[in-house]
Amino acid sequence: MRNRFDEELNSLNTQLINMGSLCEQAIRNATQALSDGDQGKARNVILEDGAIDQAERDIESLCFRLLLQQQPVARDLRQISAALKMITDMERIGDQASDIAEIIISAKMAEKGRFPKIDEMSQAASAMVTESVTAFVNKDLELAGRVESNDDVVDLMFESIKSKLIEEIGKGNDEIAQRSIDLIMIAKYLERIGDHATNIAEWVVFSITGVHEGGIDTKKLTPNGVEEGRVYASADTAKPEK
Amino acid sequence: MTISGTSENIEQKNTADLCIKVENLHLYYGQFHALKGINMEIPEHEITALIGPSGCGKSTFLKTLNRMNDLEEGVRIEGKVTLNGTDIYRDMDAIELRKRVGMVFQQPNPFPKSVYENVAYGPRINGINRKSELDEIVERSLRQAAIWDELKDRLYKSALGLSGGQQQRLCIARTLAVEPEVILMDEPTSALDPISTSRIEDLAMDLKKDYTIVIVTHNMQQASRISDNTAFFLLGELIEYNKTEKLFSIPADKRTEDYITGRFG
Repeated sequence: MRNRFDEELNSLNTQLINMGSLCEQAIRNATQALSDGDQGKARNVILEDGAIDQAERDIESLCFRLLLQQQPVARDLRQISAALKMITDMERIGDQASDIAEIIISAKMAEKGRFPKIDEMSQAASAMVTESVTAFVNKDLELAGRVESNDDVVDLMFESIKSKLIEEIGKGNDEIAQRSIDLIMIAKYLERIGDHATNIAEWVVFSITGVHEGGIDTKKLTPNGVEEGRVYASADTAKPEK
Repeated sequence: MTISGTSENIEQKNTADLCIKVENLHLYYGQFHALKGINMEIPEHEITALIGPSGCGKSTFLKTLNRMNDLEEGVRIEGKVTLNGTDIYRDMDAIELRKRVGMVFQQPNPFPKSVYENVAYGPRINGINRKSELDEIVERSLRQAAIWDELKDRLYKSALGLSGGQQQRLCIARTLAVEPEVILMDEPTSALDPISTSRIEDLAMDLKKDYTIVIVTHNMQQASRISDNTAFFLLGELIEYNKTEKLFSIPADKRTEDYITGRFG
């Protein structure tokens, strides 16, 4: 009975790795579509999001079955409940890659190779996704911790890109301003992908230690309810995402 | 609330509402060392579950709490067990102890008498003979055991005609009739179907506001569902004793984790 359960837990890991790869690929293809100005590739990202959604449903159904049949406790329960939480973030990552692709299509972005900073940010966010899933499968607390700290790097990249693009907007050319806003949104989606990878890493820590330390650090909250050091779309108005 | 012991995996807390305290308890069946230096504090008005593989000593331990091992040949007991401060081996006679610490067994064991006589038996032995008083005790006990509505019209029929689940609740009513402080349950639902099991579990949870309950169970889900504290025994040792939620989510000892996740046992 236990052997069979172990086999199913291994299968859960394999499915998570596959879903992680699909997410990584979606981010890579979306940014590739941006740097190549390739509308076809952007459309593919949107089409392939279905595979990520399907992977989420398959993993969810495996987890529900394991909860029902095995009534897991201790590390088995933590592993399965963490997986259930992680796939929600992974599915959102897929959606955000699609959102990037949609901007490329709707803004008819067809110029090549103008955004090296966004490429760099995309690579960093994509690596966070891969590493967070690897940390889960290998029960690697250190790697999970590294993913959490890399989020700060991605946040800084977003800030830097945003500042640069605000300067562009300030030049007063409508077309450049519109393009800069689209790019800020793309960078914001990548920043959110980093946040989702961080959430995944926090669930990895939970599955290993039983302690979930995610969410808002209330000690860092400013009087208007904004967390210090956290990047919001607009620091004046935004509240942390639930 | 208090749970404490000597092992590092046994949570230490101060107590105001301690019910049973076990100190360095050893039990030998002849040469066989069945319980090895158990230290444990059982808080009142809570359910404490004892889990572990067959032969680990959990039922033996349960029986030491109302001296059911005393009469077994070759049994030697060392250490101290106190019930609300009184040493049950040195300063309390067995009859007094068993009035204060009742027991429910794995197989329902009603007497071959009527429902009424089963419940009235204990109070009669304790000298209560007035019919009105006995009537009151029988009704109260059957109500507490959540079986009054089912049995009120058949009080004078044989208890042996009841279903297994009804018999077990009748046995719980019989235990309650002498107003114990502690109820020991030795796998009380292992012979019952899921519906009867669920009734006994609900009953145990209702009863804990008035009684302290110690339950031996092989059913991990049952332990996690109904108990406040869980003790894991292995080869006569108390390996881990903690709040149930903690023990089943983040066990401190690898042996506990391996047992509850089905890796051995």
